[in-house]
Amino acid sequence: MSKLLIVSPSPHISSDQSVNKLMFGVVISLAPAFIVTLYVFGIGALITTVISIASCILTEMIIQKYLLNTEVKIRDGSAIVTGLLLAFNLPSNLPWWMVVLGALFAIGIGKMTYGGLGNNPFNPALVGRVFLLISFPVQMTSWPLPMASRLQYLDASTGATPLGILKEAVKNGQAVPDVMNQLPDHMQMFLGQMGGSLGEVSAAALIVGFIWLLYKRIITWHIPVFVVSTIFIFTGILWMANPLTNATPLFHILTGGVMLGAIYMATDLVTSPMTKTGMIIYAVGIGLITVIIRVYGSYPEGVSFAILIMNAFVPLINKYIKPKRFGEEVKHG
Amino acid sequence: VLKTFHKGGIHPPDNKLTAHQPIRQIPAPGSVAILLSQHMGAPAKLVVDKGDEVRIGQLIARGEGFLSGNIHASVSGKVAGIDEVQDVSGYKRQAVFIDTAGDEWDNTVKINNTLDKEIRVDGAEILKRIAEAGIVGLGGATFPSHVKLSVPRGKKAECLIINGVECEPYLTCDHALMLEKGGEIMVGIQLLMKALNVGKAHIGIENNKEDAIKLFRHLASAYDGITVHALKVKYPQGGEKQLIKAIIDREVPSGGLPVDIGAVAFNVGTVFAVYEAVQKNKPLIERIVTVTGNNVKQPANFRVRIGTPISALIEAVGGLPENTGKIIMGGPMMGKALANTEAPVVKGTSGILIVPEEDSSRSIVQPCIRCARCLSVCPMGLEPYLLMPLSKQNNFDRLEIEHVMDCIECGSCSYTCPASRPLLDFIKLGKLNVGKIIRTRKK
Repeated sequence: MSKLLIVSPSPHISSDQSVNKLMFGVVISLAPAFIVTLYVFGIGALITTVISIASCILTEMIIQKYLLNTEVKIRDGSAIVTGLLLAFNLPSNLPWWMVVLGALFAIGIGKMTYGGLGNNPFNPALVGRVFLLISFPVQMTSWPLPMASRLQYLDASTGATPLGILKEAVKNGQAVPDVMNQLPDHMQMFLGQMGGSLGEVSAAALIVGFIWLLYKRIITWHIPVFVVSTIFIFTGILWMANPLTNATPLFHILTGGVMLGAIYMATDLVTSPMTKTGMIIYAVGIGLITVIIRVYGSYPEGVSFAILIMNAFVPLINKYIKPKRFGEEVKHG
Repeated sequence: VLKTFHKGGIHPPDNKLTAHQPIRQIPAPGSVAILLSQHMGAPAKLVVDKGDEVRIGQLIARGEGFLSGNIHASVSGKVAGIDEVQDVSGYKRQAVFIDTAGDEWDNTVKINNTLDKEIRVDGAEILKRIAEAGIVGLGGATFPSHVKLSVPRGKKAECLIINGVECEPYLTCDHALMLEKGGEIMVGIQLLMKALNVGKAHIGIENNKEDAIKLFRHLASAYDGITVHALKVKYPQGGEKQLIKAIIDREVPSGGLPVDIGAVAFNVGTVFAVYEAVQKNKPLIERIVTVTGNNVKQPANFRVRIGTPISALIEAVGGLPENTGKIIMGGPMMGKALANTEAPVVKGTSGILIVPEEDSSRSIVQPCIRCARCLSVCPMGLEPYLLMPLSKQNNFDRLEIEHVMDCIECGSCSYTCPASRPLLDFIKLGKLNVGKIIRTRKK
């Protein structure tokens, strides 16, 4: 025969799934939340998002090209996802250079030092956010008021998040039901009418994104459902024990980035466990640590820390929680 | 509710282009090359010499190893030589070359096509005839059937499982055979039940072959103890372990055999060969082969003499399409890519798939993003993402602990991986190395 045939081992066909498709699926799923945040926070949200994505892409490009002298692989879309998620974890009035610094840390330290895509133990966007939170605690916790100053960026009028107001009031000896009157009601919170970081404000929009992710089979339901229900049950027990010092479980799951964390940050493919059982252990851990930080710690909000702490346990979970092997248990007829 | 196995599995597009094509007879070629190794075990020992005249169905090599099978002449004529030929894996192997002359059958073979339902022999005789006919598993594993039927001491067969699943995309040889030779297959099932001394048989057919399910339900209604199961379409349901799990909900233990849980499984093609061997005294000298591909002019199911060069099959479907990139023997999930088309058809050849150039290359490998898809599709409950680096690092102890030897090489992991990682390539390499270590340990 004149032409040579291609010889390769089986299988000779593959699914049409790819890393790029998974990444862009995540980006698309964030569209509803992005639209809500533009509506609630206006121009500041747009500026923060654009700067965050651009800096993440640029950081990865520069490191790959000039520091590592390897092929530039930003087209896999992972830097865009990190940039978008980092922005969603920041207040919309954060000075632009802090956003750049956060992106530099997220990609540079959080991802590339470990060897780039697939090798990082911690969620890069959260590494960036926690770095900023620790370095600039004032700017990172002065949140623009919802709907108040949609055309201003840095000089937007600010206030605390519902969780922050509550924690402060409880510390000053006020009863929770009294404080609740000063806060947006549950429906407003569900739709996004509250202070907070870009992406955390609308549970409704995040749930729409979640349904899309499930439909596209990008993630499974286990982690989000178990994170949220663990927080709900734990805070529910505390609330029933003492409703004067503890907020309702519904309040807890609608505030402080529980939805954003459970649906997007905890489910990061690279930094979450491989088996379903492992995912459940990890998710319950995140839920428990979140509530412990919120109720007993000094920060009003604990989702980011809880996820990063549980990220550290993922290799251990993967080592000890194995899938059920075929033929492990033998049934005799 | 349709039955199926529950751990892992994938749904590749099934592309059964030849699903409703009748079986066409390919005329005996001018010469055949019959390999001496067409079964799992050691090559068969020659019993003919160059220059001998042979008839169709005459023994030309005797399987003497434990997992070997007899080899018979598939054409009549003169033995032109005993020489090496490149097999489908590209290795040079010993083969008997026969130049065809006439159409002379061995005297003992009944060459009529009438359905012979009457069973006149006992179990031991059935077993003996199956061994003499050189029947091996025609699903692709080529495990000698008489060995499978000899239940080890201390174990007991409880039921017979018949594999009519054909879960590989493109292939339809079993489907075509079921539609045309249903009556013969039913007799074959009874022969096997008698040989195994079991009262129950289960036929598993995937739900994409509704006509075959309907036909066999009708045929089975006339017999006691034979049940037809419509199965949900899922790859790799044709895998022995997956099929048994789907039908009788028992799992073959790790490292064990189906008979450990009372089951013995045969492919429908093998069952038909058993019918011919016992009722017609006809050895395994031909089989059904699907020749197909998206650009093939006239894809078809052929009845082919063993030893026919693959090039002759390609000629019969209208020649090799212009932009062919790859030719696969078998299905796209587990088949072997051929280096040339002169390799002969062997007992395990179920199909020839001709792939256009644009679908022949693999995608660029990206880093593992730990999406866990490989793990969730693995029908054996293994962790391909972990086995691949362990194999790369030659960490054989750990590979064995992680059950690498349980892998059935179905390719679901590589198929699914969004990063196009060659998971199965490395797992196969790991199995090869760990297998060697286990064998030396046993010695």
